[in-house]
Amino acid sequence: MIVNQFLVLAALLFSLGIYGVLVRRNAVLVLLSVELMLTAVNINLVAFGSMLQESVLTGQIFALFVITVAAAEVGIGLAIVVLIFRNRSSSNIDELDLMKW
Amino acid sequence: MSWFETGWGLSLTVFLPLVGAFVVMAIPKARERLVKSTALAFALASFGTSVAVTVLFDFGGAEKFQMGTDLTWIPAIGSRFHVGIDGISLPLLVLSTLITVLSIVYSWNHWPEPHNPKAFLVLILLLATGMAGTFVALDLILFFIFFELVLLPMYFMIGIWGDRTMIRPPGFKREVETRLYAAIKFFLFTLFGSAFMLLGFLALYFKADPHTFDMIALAEAGRAGVFAGAFGGWVFAALFLGFAVKVPMWPLHTWLPDAHTAAPTVGSVLLAAILLKLGSYGFIRISLPILPEQAQDWAPVIAILAVVAIIYGSLACLAQTDMKRLIAFSSVGHMGFVMLGIATLTDIGINAAVIGMVAHGVITGLLFFLAGSMQHRYHTREIARLGGNQKLLPILGGILAFTVMASLGLPGLAGFWGEFMALLGSFNPLEGLSLGLFRTAMVIGAIGTVLTAGYLLWMLQRVNLGEPPDEWTGKDLHDADGFELAAWSPLVLAILAIGVFPRIVFGATDDAVVNLVKSAFGG
Amino acid sequence: MQALNTVLAYAEEAAHHLETDPGGFVGVMVDWAWLIPVVPLVLMFAIVFFGKRLPLKGWELAEGSMAFVAIYGVALLIANWIEPFTVEHHVEIARIGVLPGLGDLVIEWGWVVDGLSIMMYTVVGVVGFFVFTYAKGYMEGDVRFTFFFASFTLFAGGMLVLVSSANMMQLIVGWELVGVASYLLIGHWWEDHANNAAAIKAFITNKIADVGLFVGVIIAGITVGSFRFTDVLDAVEAGDSALARVGFWVGLAMFVGAMGKSAQMPFHVWLPDAMAGPTPVSSLMHAATMVTAGVYLLGRMFPFYQAEGFGDDVKLWIILIGGFTLFFTGLLALVQDDIKKVLAYSTLSQLGYMTAAMGAGAYTAGLFHLFTHAFFKGLLFLAAGSVIHGVHSNNMSDMGGLRKSMPTTYWTFLIGSLALAGVFPLAGFWSKDEILASVKADAFGLGSAADLVLVLAILGAFVTAFYMARTVYLTFFGEYKGEGHPHESPRVMTYPLIGLAVLSAVAGWVLIPGVSEGFTHWLEARLHNPLDGPLHFESIDWAVAGIGTLMALLGIAAGTRLWYRDAPTQLERDRFRIPVLYPLLEHKYYFDDVYMNGIVKPTAGPIARATNWSNNVIIDGVVNFFGATARFLSRYVYGWADQRGIDLAINAAAAAAGETGSVVRRVQTGKVQQYAGALFVGAILLVIGFLIFG
Repeated sequence: MIVNQFLVLAALLFSLGIYGVLVRRNAVLVLLSVELMLTAVNINLVAFGSMLQESVLTGQIFALFVITVAAAEVGIGLAIVVLIFRNRSSSNIDELDLMKW
Repeated sequence: MSWFETGWGLSLTVFLPLVGAFVVMAIPKARERLVKSTALAFALASFGTSVAVTVLFDFGGAEKFQMGTDLTWIPAIGSRFHVGIDGISLPLLVLSTLITVLSIVYSWNHWPEPHNPKAFLVLILLLATGMAGTFVALDLILFFIFFELVLLPMYFMIGIWGDRTMIRPPGFKREVETRLYAAIKFFLFTLFGSAFMLLGFLALYFKADPHTFDMIALAEAGRAGVFAGAFGGWVFAALFLGFAVKVPMWPLHTWLPDAHTAAPTVGSVLLAAILLKLGSYGFIRISLPILPEQAQDWAPVIAILAVVAIIYGSLACLAQTDMKRLIAFSSVGHMGFVMLGIATLTDIGINAAVIGMVAHGVITGLLFFLAGSMQHRYHTREIARLGGNQKLLPILGGILAFTVMASLGLPGLAGFWGEFMALLGSFNPLEGLSLGLFRTAMVIGAIGTVLTAGYLLWMLQRVNLGEPPDEWTGKDLHDADGFELAAWSPLVLAILAIGVFPRIVFGATDDAVVNLVKSAFGG
Repeated sequence: MQALNTVLAYAEEAAHHLETDPGGFVGVMVDWAWLIPVVPLVLMFAIVFFGKRLPLKGWELAEGSMAFVAIYGVALLIANWIEPFTVEHHVEIARIGVLPGLGDLVIEWGWVVDGLSIMMYTVVGVVGFFVFTYAKGYMEGDVRFTFFFASFTLFAGGMLVLVSSANMMQLIVGWELVGVASYLLIGHWWEDHANNAAAIKAFITNKIADVGLFVGVIIAGITVGSFRFTDVLDAVEAGDSALARVGFWVGLAMFVGAMGKSAQMPFHVWLPDAMAGPTPVSSLMHAATMVTAGVYLLGRMFPFYQAEGFGDDVKLWIILIGGFTLFFTGLLALVQDDIKKVLAYSTLSQLGYMTAAMGAGAYTAGLFHLFTHAFFKGLLFLAAGSVIHGVHSNNMSDMGGLRKSMPTTYWTFLIGSLALAGVFPLAGFWSKDEILASVKADAFGLGSAADLVLVLAILGAFVTAFYMARTVYLTFFGEYKGEGHPHESPRVMTYPLIGLAVLSAVAGWVLIPGVSEGFTHWLEARLHNPLDGPLHFESIDWAVAGIGTLMALLGIAAGTRLWYRDAPTQLERDRFRIPVLYPLLEHKYYFDDVYMNGIVKPTAGPIARATNWSNNVIIDGVVNFFGATARFLSRYVYGWADQRGIDLAINAAAAAAGETGSVVRRVQTGKVQQYAGALFVGAILLVIGFLIFG
């Protein structure tokens, strides 16, 4: 089995994700970009999993884990975004420099 | 109950208050009632275990250390968790747990400023652990730790809840708050002494072969003459400094009046009733058995200082204008009798010292309670402003009169035995000690009882009798309340019981003291 | 495990010292005689706690305890008269160490039932009974009625502890209880500071003398190895050399203690001031309790003072101090205006007689005078109290002519006065005569000292009669000078007067040499009976008795001559009759002034202040000096070494760190995306690094 095409797809998706995370100003879109990156990782996992033909299906199971964690992460991330929006009437990331001392 | 007798009973007595302190810390400050009840429950539990220890104690073998535990603790320096009690420490242990309970009961609705019962109770419980621990420790390092453990809570108690009037002590350029001056003086004085004490302990450790901090082993080594000569003399001097500050012996006593006067009521009570005893107990438990030879060399010095303290304390009392300070100075005199008893190095004298310690704890503790309650009502301690207390507060005045009688050594009450037996002992001190010196000390001590009666009755007259000054007539002064009576009546009963039937104390101490004197001095 | 209760339980009776075992009912009575001191003490607590709720406010309990003691005492007295016995019981209370070679030192509670103690039980009980009855009337309506009777019961109870004690330790307990009760009673009206001062004076004076008692008891107890009287007296009998070596000091020290309680010169100053208490207190204090304690102690220890080589050197002191006290304090009674003070000085004088008798070796005579004196002096005080109750003044200058308005008081007072003056056949005649005869016989061979004291005693008889005549005339004759209308006291007060008057008349008849010698037999029944020796009581010495009576009559006559006729004015007269002596007497020989200005004031004033000053300034100054030095040093250590030395390096390091930080901090923008970008770039760089170097 050849995995190249999957890897290319994953690399493209990951690059898109990176771009989105670094460039977009809207927090929701940043989160979506993070999802894209996770999806890229999932594709890689599944592809390698099926290539190696393991009996315990490590790659596929890990992909499931990642999906679960991603769901949770988005849930919390969105909740934070909503709260920030409520407090500041904006979800622009540039304005969120509270972490600076 | 065998687990109880093989050492856990004592550990419970000592550490229950400590546990209590942590539990109290965990309770929110706002839940005051819960804080108080928890503290009281732990103090009561500790008192209960000490009573159980008394019941299970084998009085037939009071000279042996009983209910002991001996566990490895700090193997690196050979210090062990070694506890146990004999007839000498038993009465003092019970006294310390009892006074803790009574202090908490009394505090129930007498909070000194700033309020904060939680912190106050935590400090009392910490003190309780330190006091009880000192009386059961049989390892020098353990002893030292407990001995020092009482220092810090008392420092904070005086420094935070103490008297805030401004004074200018001699040699000071500016005025300071009484509480700060007293707290620091108390702390530094005691620390000064205990530094030397620790040095002494270490010297003993390194001289003993094999190295040990165990008191029993050290006492055996002492009997065998390991610490003989100049070395022992220096060690005794170091220990002497540590204990003499705590007793306090003249002229190391000046922290006492300040600390007592500045401390909140409960602080004064604990200070007078228990803390002072740590020093004299140290003499009996550590200095005499481990360094018997040096004890004989030093006995005349101790006797002279004791007699000076008796006369000096009484005379200073006559000049006081502050009621609490007067009672504080009376402690100097009374502890002088205790030290005179110890200095004789005889059964009678040391028995006298132990009963004197117990009696002084009960009587002077009660006196400080009463002085505190009077200050609570009159907002002054100036003797000149008081008067007619018996008329204004009949119950409180009556108890005050009773306690004063006990304090001046009336036979039939607790104070008599310590004084009289100390004089009795000093007529016939240990063989080899100067008869002339000790007999002179006896006569001077007996004259001291006259002065004691003088200043106490004089105080009673000025405070309790006569017509009340106009200042107080018509003021709404309420007589002793339920909590006060609950805290005082056990002490009143103890004064009567010990006075009428001194076997309560002598029954426990006699065998232990006889054994101590016999093994240390061959008497 | 030895349980707690075995330690706390009373040890079994250590000894049951019997000379003659009475057995039967009397034996039971003797075994239960410990109730005599215990009942009053227990009832004292009952009065304190429940007295106010009782119908008679606690008086009934107090009176009950005295009735109990009186009946018990009289019963024992009769039993002992019929069949003499001596019993001692000891109960161990505590052991306190070992005396080398002598065994354990034991604290005991004991009670002794022998002739001497039974005599004292009887006196305390009977006089106490009358005085308590009287006090109910006298104290009626007092603010602290109940508390008064509690203290009063404690007073009697303490005295009973004292006289019942079989050992010296318990004697001290009773001794001090009496002292503290007297303090409470003299200061009963404590609203007035004058009364408190008198109470403190009494307590402290006694306490000073107690130093002697303490020392004596300690020396004797440690030397013999036991505090029991019998053991000490056994040692005397056996000629114990250790005790003999300290014998003089023991004897002297104990006598000093006795001087305090029995108010011998120079410890007499407290007794007149003790008049500040209510009159029943004075009555009991001067008659049966307290002042008799010292004489009792001398009686109890009599064999010790009697024995060659022990306390016999002290006898000279005893007789001389007794002799001086009896004469010089008697003189003081002549110039008093306060009727109670006259009686107080008269008590001092009579105590001097007793002490002198003890010193002269007249065991029987001294105690006999104690016995009779208890009745007539108790009577005189109660009668004086009755007068004061009627007149509302203590001063005789406010009295006069009372024999009409207060007939019972007058007659009983007269009987008491005649008994005190020693007029035949009243009680005082017999006892005083015994003393004079004994001093003349001089059984101890004191020689000229005894002669001197004999002269003083005979002169004293004159003085006694003289001042009593003065008191009677000033009080009951002439014109009434006070305010209001005096009235006779209620029956609850007059009946005790009558009872005591009867006793004052007849009490002397128990010892009429050759006719009835009961009193001697009472006192004989004891271990170490001093009467076994050469000291039998003296038979009547007609010459001495005649001179004594003559002196008494002369005194009465002189008094009548001076004060009967012109009773209203003679108070001034005192001042003119004896020009040199009078100022001396008026200032009480300056004893009080010397004590006050020479001892009390310096001690309580300058000396105490100096001590306090030395404490606050010198000792504290040293302490604070060290503190200040430490602070001074610290300033330099801090300012130079610390701030400019060590700190320099530290601060440099800190500054460098700070500078670096302020440069680097710019990297931290707080923008998540920049961080993520950096992360990404880092990851890329790492990958490249791996590709190149991996």
